[in-house]
Amino acid sequence: MGLKRITSAVAVSIVAASLAGCGGDDEGSGSGSAEDVTLTYWASNQGTSLANDEEVLKPQLDAFTAQTGIEVDVEVVPWSDLLNRILAATASGEGPDVLNIGNTWSASLQATGALTPFDDATMAEIGGADRFLAGSLAATGAEGHPPTAVPLYSLAYGLYYNKAMFAEAGITEPPGTWADLIAAGRKLTTPEHWGVSIEGGSVSENIHNVFVFSEQQGGSFFDDAGEPTFDTPKNVAAVKQYVDLIQSDKITNPSNAEYANGTEALADFANGKSAMVMWQAAAGSLDELGMDAADIGVAPIPAPAGGEDVASIVAGINLAVFDNTEHKPQALDFVEFMTSTPNQIALNKTYGSLPAVQEAYSDPAFQTEAVETFKSILDDRAVPMPAVPEESQFETLVGTAVKNLLAQAASGTTVTEQAISEQLAAAQQQLGG
Amino acid sequence: MREPAWFVWSRRIGLTLLCLFALLPVWVMVTTSLKPLGDVQGEFRWFPSTVTLDAFVEMWRTIPLGRYFLNSLVVSVIASVASVVLALLAAYAVSRYRFRGRQLFSVTVLSTQMFPGILFLLPLFVIFVNLGQTLGIDLYGSRPGLIITYLTFTLPFSVWMLVGYLDSVPRELDEAAAVDGNGPMGAFFRVVIPAAVPGIVAVLIYAFMTAWGEVLFASVLTDESTRTLAVGLQGYATQNNVYWNQIMAASLTVSAPVVVGFLLLQRYLVAGLTAGSVK
Amino acid sequence: MITANPAPGAGTEARTGSSPVRAVPRRRKKRQWLPYLLLLPVVVAELLIHIVPMLIGVGMSFLGLTQFFIRNWTKAPGVGLDNYRFVLQFDEASGKALLHSFWTTVQFTVIVLALSWALAMAAAVWTQHAFRGRGLVRTIFLIPYALPVFASVITWSFMLQRDNGMVNHVLVDQLGLLDERPFWLIGDHSFWALIVVEVWRLWPFAFLALTAGMSSIPAEQYEAAAIDGAGVLRSVRWVTLPNLRSVNQVLLLVLFLWTFNEFTVPYTFFGRSAPEQADLISMHIYQNSFVTWNFGTGSAMSVLLLLFLLAVTAVYLLLTNRKSSDA
Repeated sequence: MGLKRITSAVAVSIVAASLAGCGGDDEGSGSGSAEDVTLTYWASNQGTSLANDEEVLKPQLDAFTAQTGIEVDVEVVPWSDLLNRILAATASGEGPDVLNIGNTWSASLQATGALTPFDDATMAEIGGADRFLAGSLAATGAEGHPPTAVPLYSLAYGLYYNKAMFAEAGITEPPGTWADLIAAGRKLTTPEHWGVSIEGGSVSENIHNVFVFSEQQGGSFFDDAGEPTFDTPKNVAAVKQYVDLIQSDKITNPSNAEYANGTEALADFANGKSAMVMWQAAAGSLDELGMDAADIGVAPIPAPAGGEDVASIVAGINLAVFDNTEHKPQALDFVEFMTSTPNQIALNKTYGSLPAVQEAYSDPAFQTEAVETFKSILDDRAVPMPAVPEESQFETLVGTAVKNLLAQAASGTTVTEQAISEQLAAAQQQLGG
Repeated sequence: MREPAWFVWSRRIGLTLLCLFALLPVWVMVTTSLKPLGDVQGEFRWFPSTVTLDAFVEMWRTIPLGRYFLNSLVVSVIASVASVVLALLAAYAVSRYRFRGRQLFSVTVLSTQMFPGILFLLPLFVIFVNLGQTLGIDLYGSRPGLIITYLTFTLPFSVWMLVGYLDSVPRELDEAAAVDGNGPMGAFFRVVIPAAVPGIVAVLIYAFMTAWGEVLFASVLTDESTRTLAVGLQGYATQNNVYWNQIMAASLTVSAPVVVGFLLLQRYLVAGLTAGSVK
Repeated sequence: MITANPAPGAGTEARTGSSPVRAVPRRRKKRQWLPYLLLLPVVVAELLIHIVPMLIGVGMSFLGLTQFFIRNWTKAPGVGLDNYRFVLQFDEASGKALLHSFWTTVQFTVIVLALSWALAMAAAVWTQHAFRGRGLVRTIFLIPYALPVFASVITWSFMLQRDNGMVNHVLVDQLGLLDERPFWLIGDHSFWALIVVEVWRLWPFAFLALTAGMSSIPAEQYEAAAIDGAGVLRSVRWVTLPNLRSVNQVLLLVLFLWTFNEFTVPYTFFGRSAPEQADLISMHIYQNSFVTWNFGTGSAMSVLLLLFLLAVTAVYLLLTNRKSSDA
């Protein structure tokens, strides 16, 4: 009698568990005949919220279905989860058919072999590689290998400056060299506001800025063979340039060293707490934060006098096909659709990013001053992040080192070149895992 | 017991301070939820300058809060109840019986608490996917997968705590039940369980809250339709903006039923059933 | 029948009132499989979700499992102990960082544990006997435990912001205790800020466990102590604590293990990358595995962590069991 009761108790709980869970959705990556295909698409969060992304994508996806008969099951994955999900999908072989990836992940993901390479044949199927912006295409994988994804939305960093504050301080032009920027920043650092705001606690913002500074000085973090070269005088100088904003130039609020969630420095700029900020194309965000469009100016991030003409990394989102997909032809159709000119125009317009294809720029929406500035930066003055498989490690290690150095500077400890050099050497050593 | 005056005073002061400590962030959450978003990042104010309920309205639209809440509720309730049931059975065995493998079982179960969760995230995911492919049981991206994971996570501690509580239930109770004509399971259900109610309630709360608040595994093992609150709330921190006021509003709203549950359950943390039942 | 029963509490098949001689073989057979049956669901679940993945994780530590091989584990090259060698190079930056992270975590865990347990014990003793509003107070204490981790930890990071946070506002502007606004989220104080947040989240749970444990202490023992002239503190020492021995033994060990492995709180509090002063071992391992796709070294670090915790647990159990057998 006791035995029966136990068995039934155990059985009931297990059955209850399975039955109750049966309401969950079936995560199929499509099934059935060619007419019946449903693609699973992992979109990234580009809009104001996950719901907003779904709203933005819906008309495009419906148009795709109307055109081809292929259904698309889109899931908007928050950035906090996206890399983990891709990782899990790679390890298990079970994932989406098409997905967005941050373009700086391209080389690392390429090394896993999880994404379908876009060799010449595959590229031809979606319209050829020439349609894309050369700069954006450079950030799709390691050199010498076929791209592992195609550019979808392009972004670049610019120096946003507050026109009203500049006018008040009597500065007529955005800074042309880094020294000009410091000088302007000093004039603009008053009890009411600071010259520049930076997202000092964010590993990715730190590494992006430091990388650009290094490139401007002709330095590099990896040599041609793909070996790391972190501890060089030029890299040290680049880091020092960044840390000096707080330390010696004193045009950045030391509290910026704790800004970590990726939105605070921009919010400071929008609220008039700082006069300049180095940020990716942010028209949409600034509008949402309530900044008056007339006050917003954009210029390329200046280099030190005599430096290389580099003003940004090639930032953006790429679209990739998961190699394990059972519906490759349909997935490629979808890629072709998303990179077609009308869709590039529509989506980038809404998201406030830059189209990845040349033709889209004929649309009047992309002929504003700000967009043209960004486009010229992307075309002529943008460098992709190192296209090596260790790219994510590089970003994490050096970005964290810079974060710690900024924290020291903010707390009042003097950060010397020696200290920077030691940190960079330590970061490089940790790379060799 | 007569309580000396110093004790009563120390209790009043101590408990007040602890309540303040516990509630200070809650105050910040409440005021933040009532502020317009622009004000949130401004200078700190004890009271909001303008009070608005916008966040409480908007929060349902920015993320599918209702769906996430339901997912969390279903997963947490089932996982916690199942965990307590299984743990009780196992704890009874460990507490009342001496059998071969008892030590091994206890030590192995305890050792699972020593491994950092992140490292068995991937292997677990791969196992789930393989099970799905070979047996057709869909564990990835589904509620059963998450339920089984959470119930297993909470088992070690539940078993250990319940062993402790059951150990403190005197054997005389079992024997008294035997005299009354019960088998071992009868004694278990009729006498031992009622005596261990506080322990069971504590473990139930622990199991529920663990499932309710777990983030890492939920982020990988769920998809849009099965996502739980703990992960879903991160959706308020978007690419462009962090909707602080909505985060706070949503958190307060979904915690309210949980707190009410605590209020109702906390009286079971006191026994009343062992005292005097052993003659 | 009761005295003849060798296994305590095993009960008897008393239904039929059969004689001991005939009942013994049946009893022994039943006794053998009943506990195993009771354990079976737990064993199965643990194997599937905990043990097997852990063993796979251990296996991963012997592979050069980087992003190149994550898609196809079987092809990852076996590297023997190389991952361990790399991790344990204490004269190199990576080894130093690991050691530093480890030591930080030890200090963090001990302090959090001491504070949480002390607060929980005090609160449990204070709320042991009924007074008006006790139910409300207990519920208030459990509120930090009820709030979603993400929201409550983010609220704390809010409160600890240098310029706009409540804590600095109170300390500097209102109470004038400090002249300069300190940093809490970075720098030397970040360690203590993290401790405060962790204790805030953890002590209610300890309170819950201790309250439940104290509830089964018979009132007679307190009465006897009172008759002997014991005041509040003495009865806590001589009645409450001994009765809580088995609960405390488990509670302290488990709290230690959980706090040592704490991930979600520092991850949310520091926005994914911790300052070096508060680099807990779980975050450190996360940075060295998930973020960098280097699962071989991440697993090696985890296995070392596991060995350390096993050693600590073994010592702890040895000490506490010896104490109880001496008593």
